[in-house]
Formats: sequence, structure tokens, C-alpha cells
Amino acid sequence: MSTAEAQIAAVPEVVIAPPSRWSGIQLGELWAHRELIYFLTKRELQVRYKQSVFGVSWAVLQPLAFAFIFAAIFGTLVNLPTQHIPFAVYAIVGLVPWLFTAGAIGNGATSLVQDANLISKVYFPRLALPISKALSLIVDLVIGVPVVLLMIAIYGVGIEATAPLAILFLALGVITAFGLGTLFAAVNVKYRDVGLIVPVFIQLMFFATPILWSVVDANGNHIRDGIQYILAINPMFSAIEGVRWAVIGTNFPGWPEIAISAASSLVILFVALRYFQSAEQSFADNI
Amino acid sequence: MPDEIAIKVENLGKRYEIGDDDAGYELLTETISHWVRTFGRGPKHKEFWALKNINFEVRRGETLGIIGHNGAGKSTLLKILSRITLPTEGRAVLHGRVGALLEVGTGFHQELTGRENIFLNGAILNMSRAEIIRKFDEIVEFADIGPFIDTPVKRYSSGMQMRLAFSVAAHLEPEILIVDEVLSVGDLAFQEKCLGRMEQVSREGRTVVFISHNLGSVLALCDSAIMLSKGEIASTGSVRKVVDDYVGDIVHQQTLHLSQRTDRHGNGALRFTEVWFERDGKVVDSPTTGSDCDIVLSYETPGGPVKNANFGVMFGAMEGGAATLNLDSETTGSQFEVLPSTGQVRCSLPRFPLPPAQYFIHIWAESGGTRLDEVHSVLVLTVAGGDFFGTGRMPRAENRTVLVDQKWGVEPTEDEPSDLAAQSSSSSA
Repeated sequence: MSTAEAQIAAVPEVVIAPPSRWSGIQLGELWAHRELIYFLTKRELQVRYKQSVFGVSWAVLQPLAFAFIFAAIFGTLVNLPTQHIPFAVYAIVGLVPWLFTAGAIGNGATSLVQDANLISKVYFPRLALPISKALSLIVDLVIGVPVVLLMIAIYGVGIEATAPLAILFLALGVITAFGLGTLFAAVNVKYRDVGLIVPVFIQLMFFATPILWSVVDANGNHIRDGIQYILAINPMFSAIEGVRWAVIGTNFPGWPEIAISAASSLVILFVALRYFQSAEQSFADNI
Repeated sequence: MPDEIAIKVENLGKRYEIGDDDAGYELLTETISHWVRTFGRGPKHKEFWALKNINFEVRRGETLGIIGHNGAGKSTLLKILSRITLPTEGRAVLHGRVGALLEVGTGFHQELTGRENIFLNGAILNMSRAEIIRKFDEIVEFADIGPFIDTPVKRYSSGMQMRLAFSVAAHLEPEILIVDEVLSVGDLAFQEKCLGRMEQVSREGRTVVFISHNLGSVLALCDSAIMLSKGEIASTGSVRKVVDDYVGDIVHQQTLHLSQRTDRHGNGALRFTEVWFERDGKVVDSPTTGSDCDIVLSYETPGGPVKNANFGVMFGAMEGGAATLNLDSETTGSQFEVLPSTGQVRCSLPRFPLPPAQYFIHIWAESGGTRLDEVHSVLVLTVAGGDFFGTGRMPRAENRTVLVDQKWGVEPTEDEPSDLAAQSSSSSA
């Protein structure tokens, strides 16, 4: 009897009650479901690579293909200012983090709707779905790093000593992409036409981010001074500029811009998690 | 001893807001335009209580059955207990790790192999990786898929997928197990195996909440039961008592004249008033297997004339179970462009194709995608046995599947198959 009582004392108690407005992010629940996040991430990778003819090499080929195409079109025909860096190198250093961002926003936005069946049949912290999408894309991002380094070496551009600092700017990109993906995912459950808007949003963000263009001219002066503070509201501005500065020594994005971008990305993340947490309670009813 | 309570449900209720269509989601553009047109009042929603005032307790080690007609709120209750959706009011307290099985094979991915799916599905059902590794061989053995474990699931037969999915689920060992109608999958032998597994689970002292349409398995597995009706508890107590109440309710519903039935769906533009069977122009109690028969549905249209109506009759072997025979006027090319305001719809069936057994009959009418009227279990029909094939042999009742004309033959795989092939094709022509 005493052992039975001990068992009872040890069993978890689950209280099911009506939704409360401010329940906060349940980090404990996420931690308890870490193995589920691991397997969902693994599923993403397995399925993505099984469905592609090129397998894992897709993660390598995709940024390479983009860089060469952009180098061929913009680098030779249009001749954009790239601060004396070969265009292909300039482009790919920005493209690899960008492809992660675009993927994480786009795949994140559909993560809940895609697994509607899971949501309506099984309980788990719903945040596990956008998290596993983002994690699986981080794996692609890591695979892309040697590609970038190889391109830099081929074109004979030196790698800066500051290169490890790129991780900080990549983190800014990860926070932004995860935040936007999560926000769109939650909105998409209730308003299904948001799924059509997201690709357009990603396109606009691509052109608003200095990936194929530069915010400074060949002499390192801002093309139109002051506009960088507005551009920095898009956190990917500082993320991409920062990564490129750290790795190949282009212009430093500037502390005010970095501060604006960092604040903006934290606002995005906060709003996304808040909205997700309040919408989460009716996902199963709406999906 | 309050410690022994595993599940305590207090005053639980769930309200749904339903829009004009059935989809739970909306379009942002529509919502904004509606919001603008109505000066910010937003779209109107109808309210609907799927559950109301639900109170019950389940003791540790007890197996509770939940029964009720379609739409009584069973699924909503299970979704709340398994934390998929939250209640609108009241609360439920569960003591112990909860495992829920609302649909076998949820989260199976077609591209992944059996092995990969076991781990993914296990994780989805909240099993730890170590637990899955420990039970892996057992799961594979129970599912009986041996050599195909590293084959993508998309190459499995549906039976194999079902067996694998149930096998993973069956090895879930939470303190509280919530199960929804999973026993009605697979072939008979596999169902027996699953039932055995369920019995074992409840003998091990776990608390089980089980919903099913299969009264037999509810009686076999459960200690006590709850019957839900229109979102409220209509009967509670020992499983025997509740099942009796439920059966009594079905019989009571049947003795009610069809026009007095209130448990119908649809907008009411058309109402069925009576259903009967005819043979050679005479009313009969029940059809006979293999004999021609007419199904007659009489109706009225209280809201004025109805256009472009379609009618359907469904025969099912179980209350709420899958259809054994589905008759549908639209797919057979019969269109009723303008209906008389009251009348009878007649469906003539040559050689009634169901073996002798009991069937639940559902009838419905719709027009342009809108349900006009639908009545479940409008009657429980006992089909009389007859000689369908004209061979003097009776069809087997236990199959309860539709009978069709068929021709059987056997051919040797010898040297000159062309002669035999020609022979068999000429005989079937």
C-alpha cells in the first residue's frame, strides 16, 4: 500500500481547464517533448533528401546554382557594385543565410496546416512543429558553409579573422526567420489565404535585403545616407551585412543598424510567440 | 479514498462557434471585407454546445466505456481528455501519464520506412526513445511485417500499415489510456489480437477510457460506462445497465414514428415521414436476400418546393460503423429536378444483395451540396435469408458484405495457354 501511495505521489497531475489568456510559453512542455522535436526534425531531413534526386547534395547544389546564375546575370550584365569582391562570392555569402531564412519562413508558415492530422489527433506542444522545421533547415545551413568557403577559396578572396563572429549574425537571422515562420504558421491556421501571401512577402524581403546589391558604393560611402536605418528594420539587413563583413571583410553594418535589427527581430519573436500561444488553444478546432 | 481517483471531470462543457460553412478556418480577405462592410462588427457565428455539464470520475485501474449515437459528443470528450482541444468551461484532472489513441497511424509518413515510422510514431504518442528501442522487436513481431521493416511504408498494403500502426500504439504504456474505436481495424484475427492486448492493459491496473460503437467489445472490456446524448450524460453506472439503456434508446427511437424523430440533421426543407419496403407492389417487413425489392421513402417539403434533390440510403452492419451498402440517386444518374411537395421516392433493387443479418439504415436527402434531411438508424432491419446466386446455397451471414455476381475458373499454367484463354473468354462473353 505504501509503495502504491509513493507511486501515486510520483505520478504527474494534468489539469485540463478552459484557455487562460496569459499562460506563457511552456518551456517545460517543450523540454519534455524534446525527443519528439528530434524525430520530427529527422523526418523533415529524411523526407526532403529522399524526395530529391540529388539527396543530401541538394543542400550543396542549391546555393551553388543560385550563386552562379546570379553571378552570370547580375555580375556580368548589370555590374552591381560589390566592393571589389567577385560577384559570385559576394552573392553566395549572402545567399546561403538567405536560403535558410526563406526556407524557414516558408516551411514554417505551412508547418501547422501540413500536419493538421497530427494536431487534430494527438496532443503535443504545437510549437514543436515550427521548431523542427527551423532545426532541419539549420542542418542545411551548416552543410552550406563548406560551399561558401570553397567558393571563396576558388576566387582567391581571403577569409577574415573575424569569420567566427558570423555565428552571431546568423543567430539574428535564425531568430527572425523562426519568429516570422511561427507567426505565419499560427495565422495560417485561422486564415488559410495567408499561405498565398507568404511567398510574396518572402520575395519582397529578398529584394529589401542587400544580397545581390550593396548599400555602399565602391568607395564605401552609403549610396543614400540615412536609408540604412530604415532598411535595418528588416533584421535580415544586419544579418546578411554582418555575415559578409565577418567572413569577407565588406563594410561593417554599423552599430545603430545592428541595434535596430536586433530590436526588430526580438519584437518579431515576442509577437510571434505571444500570438502563437493564444491561438494554439483553438488550433485543433480550426484546422 | 480520494487518492484512487485517476480521472475527475467536473462540470465540463465545450462550445463551438460555427460559421456559415463547415470549415473551421476563414479567409483573411473575406474577414476584412466583411469587417469593413459591417462597420467593424465582424462575422457572425452560431454557437453550439457539443458538451455540457459533464461530471464523472474514473478510479485507478478501472475501464470506462463511453457510448452514444453519432454527434452525441463522444469525440469531443475524448479530444478534451487527451488535451487536443481545451474545454470552454469546467475542468478535468488526470493523475498519471496520459496516452491517447484517437486514430491508428496518425503521423505515419509514406516516404519513411517501417523502422523510421516506428520511432516517429512512438515519439508522437509520447514514448521515449529508450522505450521504443526496448520494445522494438516486440512491436515488429506483433505487427508481423518481418522482412519489410526497412521498406518505405508506401509500399505496404493497407493491412500491413494498419497492423504496424496498431502495434506501435499497443505498446504504449501510460497510466491512463484513452482509446477511440481502434479495435475495428484489420481482419478478424488481428482484431482478436488487439482485444487481447487491451484486456491485458486493463488487467495490468491501468486506467482505460474506451469509446466504441461496438457494444460487444464495450461489454467485454469495460467495468462501467457513460452514455452521452446531445452533449450530456444520459446514463451512467455499470456497463451492463448503460448498454441496456443505450439499446433501449435505439429501440425507443425506432418505435417513434419517423416524422416525430428530432435527432436529425439538415436544414429541414425536406423531411422524411416514413420508410418501408415493398415486394411486387406489396409492403413487406423486410427484404429477402436475392429477391427484388423496393425501398420507399415518403417525404414532405414544409418550406415549399425543393429542386434538384438527391437521395441516399445506407446499410451498415454496426451503429455508426462503415457502410456495407450505399445507394445514392445522383451517382446512378437519377435527378429529381422538381419534386412534388409531398410524395414517395422509390429505389428499386433487383435481387437484394445483402446476406441475412441485422443492418442499421441511414437515409439522407440533399440538394446542391446542402443537406436537407438525414436520419441515422432510421430502422434496424433484419434481412431474411434467400438464395442470391440461384445455386441453392445460402450466402454466409457472418460476412455481412454485398453480394455480386461472379464467375470462377481455374487455368493450368501449361504450354498452350492460348486455347484455354480463348475458352474462358468465350464462356464469360
